[in-house]
Amino acid sequence: MYSRLSLSWITSSWAIGLLLVFPVIAIIYQGLQPAGDLFQHLMDTVMWDYIHNTVLLILGVGVLSFMMAIPAAWFMAMCDIPGRKYLQWALMLPLAMPAYIVAGIYTELLDFAGPVQSVLRDVFGWQTARDYWFPNIRSLGGAIVIIASVLFPYLYLLARTSFLEQSVTLMQSAQLLGKTPLQAFCRISLPLARPAIAVGLSLIAMETLADFATVNFFAVNTLTRAVFDTWQGYGSLHAAAKISTLMLVVVVMLLALERFSRRKQKVFQKNMGQERAHLLLMKPWQQWLAALFCWSLVTLGFIFPFSMLVYFATQYFTDSWTAEFIEFSLNTFFIAGVVAVLACIIAILVGLFRRLHMQRGSDIPARLSSMGYAVPGTVLAIGILIPFGWLDHSLNDLVEHFGGQGPGLLFSGTMLALIAGYLVRFTAIAVGAVESSINKIPPSLDMVSRTLGHSPVKMVRKVHIPLISKGCFTAVLLVFIESMKELPAALILRPFNFETLATYVYQFVSDEMIEHGALAAIVIILVGLVPLIILSRSIERH
Amino acid sequence: MKKSFILASVVLSSVLASASSWAAKEEVNVYSYRQSFLIEPIMAKFTEETGVKVNIVFAKDGLIERLEREGKLSPADLVLTTDISRSVELVEKDLVQPVQSEALEGNIPAQYRDPADQWFALTTRVRNVYSSKDRLGKQPELNYEDLADAKFKGKICTRSGKHPYNVALISSMIVANGEAETKKWLEGVKANLARKPQGNDRDQVKAIKEGFCDVSLGNNYYLGKMLNDEKQVAWANAVEINFPNQANRGTHVNISGVSLTKFAPNKDNAVKLMEFLSDDTAQKIYAEVNFEYPVKPGVAVSELVSSWGEFKSDTIPLAEIAKQRPVALKLLDEVKFDL
Repeated sequence: MYSRLSLSWITSSWAIGLLLVFPVIAIIYQGLQPAGDLFQHLMDTVMWDYIHNTVLLILGVGVLSFMMAIPAAWFMAMCDIPGRKYLQWALMLPLAMPAYIVAGIYTELLDFAGPVQSVLRDVFGWQTARDYWFPNIRSLGGAIVIIASVLFPYLYLLARTSFLEQSVTLMQSAQLLGKTPLQAFCRISLPLARPAIAVGLSLIAMETLADFATVNFFAVNTLTRAVFDTWQGYGSLHAAAKISTLMLVVVVMLLALERFSRRKQKVFQKNMGQERAHLLLMKPWQQWLAALFCWSLVTLGFIFPFSMLVYFATQYFTDSWTAEFIEFSLNTFFIAGVVAVLACIIAILVGLFRRLHMQRGSDIPARLSSMGYAVPGTVLAIGILIPFGWLDHSLNDLVEHFGGQGPGLLFSGTMLALIAGYLVRFTAIAVGAVESSINKIPPSLDMVSRTLGHSPVKMVRKVHIPLISKGCFTAVLLVFIESMKELPAALILRPFNFETLATYVYQFVSDEMIEHGALAAIVIILVGLVPLIILSRSIERH
Repeated sequence: MKKSFILASVVLSSVLASASSWAAKEEVNVYSYRQSFLIEPIMAKFTEETGVKVNIVFAKDGLIERLEREGKLSPADLVLTTDISRSVELVEKDLVQPVQSEALEGNIPAQYRDPADQWFALTTRVRNVYSSKDRLGKQPELNYEDLADAKFKGKICTRSGKHPYNVALISSMIVANGEAETKKWLEGVKANLARKPQGNDRDQVKAIKEGFCDVSLGNNYYLGKMLNDEKQVAWANAVEINFPNQANRGTHVNISGVSLTKFAPNKDNAVKLMEFLSDDTAQKIYAEVNFEYPVKPGVAVSELVSSWGEFKSDTIPLAEIAKQRPVALKLLDEVKFDL
């Protein structure tokens, strides 16, 4: 009954899916080219170490993020803890922090010369590094803590939205049946939130897999580093693309597993946005403990690193405050905004296509448009340049064939390349967020709407869009922030004389002069906060 | 759908507008592996003298690949590199063209240009060994080979072995001592490392100051940079700078270079800029601001650099060193130097 979608919807869904996956295909194609015995050499020597480190990093970040985000999300959704009003948006703040900046700051703090070790030395009378043991922040463990402390809000946001959409009556029933809050959490909230948690964790896993700046700074050798070394060091795009292809296979398997684990589970709830008059009751000391837990997360991922940045910025203010700032900020804001809106539109298009076009394979466009998320930015940039370069060359050849003057690099030399790169990379985030919203709309609503004689398009406008607006907000927000922070692709794809704030800050961080880039870093973070505030207001209102 | 169409056309037109804005008149486009804050003062001088605008894309990685993809449509005129292997890579991938210029030939001695005139060095930089002032003192007798000696067990710090500066050093050792000997040397150095290779050259000097290690590898100009930084001057004061292998083949020296791209659309201006970069004004800035060794004979090094004294530099041709790069990388993987 749903299958009468207009032809233009069907074709545009597939076209978008295919367009967004094209750079990935270009990379896989490169990976299938022979790379001589280089790949075998890598397998014989270092590859297993890289794989080992990557697996440990992803598992570590996943487990730690879960331990941070799930309790926090549940406290915020279900309990009345002190400072709840502030905490529920404060817990999103770490999302605005680029991981490599946080890494730079904690290195300043926990390094030998940093304040922590200096105080320890003063207190205990130690002289040099050989007199005592102190955990090294530049390690796998350090990378896990830093990455988890800025990525956990993904899971927090999705889990909290899911908890909020759970009917309070379920909790009340559990309490009436004599269950403790913890039991209610484990046996009702957690299983109901499983789809959202799965989406959140897979987002975090893919972000971690693609991270380059942080692991590079901490000298943790992961697969992104392997791709990079192979491409830059050995100069072999083929071998680098082979490794990227392997990473891609892992991601596809992860996603398939995630989908398989919830294949038969469809969770529908009524009473969305119901009044939340009755929160779970906790003892006062439990409440304070919960609040302490949440605030320490905010401090770790935001308050502390941000204060350090403010301190640096005031120290080096005269060096940093230049006219370029407004330009870089506008560049960044513009690009991130365009990408966020486009990604959300795409997510709605392919997400609803999957729901309404009830035929085998209707979820393929959504899966295709998410593939680029797994590709490290540096490699993705090449994946963009291959088709765009081809387009440019064909266009110029065509124009010149007819005796005209070619327009030059219309696609690959302009902002279009950057926008395309970000879209390929971040549409997955929007698709995930929008899809988990769409999945929660009971099919009965569709049936009612169709029975009332609505066309599919009208049904989407009147029924679906209003119900998924919260998910769309989340999508726009997440993509906006990610685009603002994106670094490696921007470094390669940006046009002449064009800096984003991230590329500008990175110059300084990579040279261990984070102090000089502090002001620009603060701008990235503050601009990133605006959508966070809008989002938290909108959640508040609903 | 209508809205998204309007949005898309707004985006497209603004993109096109920005595209046409750099199709202006007198300008030259530079892909730079060198950090922009260093070269900007030099470029500003060039614009001041000639009226030619310089557009720069700076990136540590990926510029050659971008150039390759853009092919004959590339807007880039010049590529600035930070070591010999990138310059040679440009030639090997057929992305650059020879430049016949009397000014360049006059300014740059023959050993610092490609015999086929496809790359030109603008500065030279030395791969020094830094040693702890307190614990080791000056090491005038030191050879790179000694770093594998058991007496340095747990005392050496370095950045990633795969960084181009280290790869070039290792390549030069392969040329001097052969592959098998160099592999043994790398194993010895790895066994002597105080910690996993990490950070940049400055971090290793900092680590010496803090007592993690006694010796480190680092380029010469970092010491100058650190001495002029309020925070880092204390690190710099904790170390001595040493020029290894003075009794034999000499200290390893690398270059920063420039090449003219194959399809340079602003060729005349680009050659003008190349000549400017090799001439007194620019060479002086390289020497004074960045503490590098200018290639043009007669341009003085900075006072600080000259206080380190004269030294003998390794005369292995740079092209030979660049040729050993794949072997050096292979050895680094085999001994798992960074892992």
